[in-house]
Amino acid sequence: MSTATLEPRVYAPRNYLNADYGWKSWLFTLDHKRIALLYMVSVTFFFIIGGSFAVLMRIHLVEPQGALVQPETYNKLFTLHGVVMIFFFLIPSIPAVLGNFLVPLMVGARDLAFPKLNLLSWYVYIVGGLFTLYSAMAGGVDTGWTFYTPYSSTYSNTQVTAVAVGVFITGFSSILTGLNFIVTIHKMRAPGLTWFRMPLFLWSMYATSIIMVLGTPVLAITIFLLALEHLFHVGIFSPALGGDPLLFQHLFWFYSHPAVYIMILPAMGVVSEIIACFARKRIFGYKVVAFSSVAIAVLGFLVWGHHMFVTGQSVYEGLIFSLLSFLVAIPSAIKVFNWTSTLYKGSISYEAPMLYAMGFIGLFTMGGLTGLFLASLATDVHLNGTYFIVAHFHYIMVGGAVMGYLGGIHFWWPKISGRKYPNGWAALAAAIIFIGFNLTFFPQFLLGYLGMPRRYAFYPAEFQVLNVMSSAGATVLGVGYLIPLIYLMWSMRYGPIAESNPWGATGLEWQTPSPPPTENFPVIPVVTQEAYAYAEEEVAGD
Amino acid sequence: MQGFPFQPEQASTIARSVDYLYFFITAVTLFFTALIFLIIFYFMLRYRRRSPDERPKAIEGSLPLEILWTAIPTLIVAVIFVWSSTLYFQNAEPPKGSMEIFVTGKQWMWKIEHPEGQREINELHVPLGRPVKLTMTSEDVIHDFFVPAFRVKKDVLPGRYTTLWFQPTKVGTFHLFCAQYCGAFHAGMLGSVIVLEPDEYERWLAGGVQGESMEAAGEKLFQGNGCITCHQGDGKGIAPSMLGVYGSTVHLTTGQTVTADDAYVRESILSPNAKIVMGYKPIMPSFQGQLTEEQITDLIAYIRLLGKAQPKSQEEGKQ
Repeated sequence: MSTATLEPRVYAPRNYLNADYGWKSWLFTLDHKRIALLYMVSVTFFFIIGGSFAVLMRIHLVEPQGALVQPETYNKLFTLHGVVMIFFFLIPSIPAVLGNFLVPLMVGARDLAFPKLNLLSWYVYIVGGLFTLYSAMAGGVDTGWTFYTPYSSTYSNTQVTAVAVGVFITGFSSILTGLNFIVTIHKMRAPGLTWFRMPLFLWSMYATSIIMVLGTPVLAITIFLLALEHLFHVGIFSPALGGDPLLFQHLFWFYSHPAVYIMILPAMGVVSEIIACFARKRIFGYKVVAFSSVAIAVLGFLVWGHHMFVTGQSVYEGLIFSLLSFLVAIPSAIKVFNWTSTLYKGSISYEAPMLYAMGFIGLFTMGGLTGLFLASLATDVHLNGTYFIVAHFHYIMVGGAVMGYLGGIHFWWPKISGRKYPNGWAALAAAIIFIGFNLTFFPQFLLGYLGMPRRYAFYPAEFQVLNVMSSAGATVLGVGYLIPLIYLMWSMRYGPIAESNPWGATGLEWQTPSPPPTENFPVIPVVTQEAYAYAEEEVAGD
Repeated sequence: MQGFPFQPEQASTIARSVDYLYFFITAVTLFFTALIFLIIFYFMLRYRRRSPDERPKAIEGSLPLEILWTAIPTLIVAVIFVWSSTLYFQNAEPPKGSMEIFVTGKQWMWKIEHPEGQREINELHVPLGRPVKLTMTSEDVIHDFFVPAFRVKKDVLPGRYTTLWFQPTKVGTFHLFCAQYCGAFHAGMLGSVIVLEPDEYERWLAGGVQGESMEAAGEKLFQGNGCITCHQGDGKGIAPSMLGVYGSTVHLTTGQTVTADDAYVRESILSPNAKIVMGYKPIMPSFQGQLTEEQITDLIAYIRLLGKAQPKSQEEGKQ
């Protein structure tokens, strides 16, 4: 016999999520936070697609003669895996999801400089994605994500044009996003937010945006020329038509090497935020870390020739590209040393985002150091085109960039969703991903040194043991990626309500409610301190 | 340094030196990975948060430390750069007197042509202990000639020649892989390099003659395609004599000079008007599409042979 008590009904405060309902309020939104969520759903979709291609490949490679599909199908699997993961997941992941959500909040603005362009960039991305999905369903494409000519332009009779159009279109969404970020960071910083008070995430977004705006047009032109030759036999790359096959590689890598930094610089920015917060310290050598992002962005444009050491380019060309490639390693090393030193005399807690950030440093360090083997001419001759390359760039782009993306999602999830996720599960997933990743990709370094070339649908039996190990690791990794998907979705409905600043972090985004209201800040904040003012006297004086 | 786990067989003169560099970079990688991991683990334990309201003092940074950890990686990469570039330059040019073999890549096979006329598919027989220079081209897409046991690799491109050399140090059969993705059966573009004792190699060479030598085949092509009509040996034809041309410096109508190598001869056959020898007119027709890659290499072999002969008379344009 309980006594019914009448409780006054509590309304959630207005925020960007409950400001409006219905599909139109999402598909026609100009709110950068909602556009970020549109991107989050889309890149997750493409990650699952690209990931399932990888699962099929790893199952296939369990047996030397190939366990699952015909060689033609295998070639299409690795091509689509690369195209989808690079152009539709990795490049947009942190910039278009976390960048879109956070850049205006971090600069203390109500939105990006061009909200309509921002929405347009998502539609452009989706149209490009649809072309790519169409090509996959209409028979696929088998050129590798690198589209090397003349195979792609005159020999392959798969859906080269559809994919080229898809990648071409998607490039414009990168350009628009980059443009939006550059203008926003230049023109819309809150009063008092000087360049050297900006969080390092903004510095890395700025460097990334410059690469996007300067590099992507070159890719667009290259892909356009490829499609011209494929469709109309205009002789550009194919020697049979009077073209130069290596010209394509020069143009392609002029974009695609900097594109690696489009993927990794944002992750470096995320990691800087996380480490500062969970060590309660300002980033050691803040300016050095900021300028090393810019140095990486600039030097990144000058190293494309290291992809072409064995093409027969002149030995002097090789020498210069080798030297420049070694130079670009130095700012990356400096960043790792500065992050590590930030921990010194800190107050470190082990919440899930911090574990992802530490995982990032570990895997990025290994990925970066194994790059030395490939910048070095004599060893690259042996390792180029083998599984060593595959392992190296997965350490950077999956170990680094995906770990950074997940770390960022976990760090800002309370802000984005207004909910908390179960920390134990998140920590477990971080550990499983770290272990699964190493089990999958470490054996591939050994395979590469032993001489197994990449993109082989079947292989000599002596390579089987290591391939089986790699495939076994991939199942662990796959489980690791599924767990966050489940508990994050769970938390949206059942997670405890998050307060506005659950981690005790500095940064303007934490000074507004979780989730933020549509206009971000009731009153535009005034910044009086540097980023990462975690020390006692600074907090007290705030 | 052979016998490490997960180390490929060493079967060429350069394999060992490449492996030493590989081990050095591995040591650098392991050292710094271990260092970073240990420091992070130590800091994470030593400075773990002991109370929720702990507020550590701010540390600005340290210029001497920044300089130190810029200088150390710079020094290490400088060592690797100099070491690896020296090695690369030493191995860039084949030694004088190397055996010459021609390789044509084609979806999805390797076609090999020995100067003596032996032709093989997906097998390359070479003698132990002699440097071998390969001149390679492709009939279709880009391939890549990769022998892991020799630590050598070079792309094989359509429309141009690339070269690669090695000197085997071990008798046996070694994998030859295509290391540049080339279409549906890329993984099946496998071959073997078979290294024989010199006398066994001589026996193999004598045993399996399937045709005439490349030079003889080239001579027939030179006559059969009418080259001889204009490129007369005595220099009196309307085109330059081929005697003594290969390997020499040729003066062009543009005032530039060019060394008559494989690439130049090939271009002159396929795009004759690209470079005109001083004193001659651009009248030669193109042989693009009329000769196979093997026929072109046969012609080059013959023109190389003619290059060793002395020109019979000084042509006008030559200075």
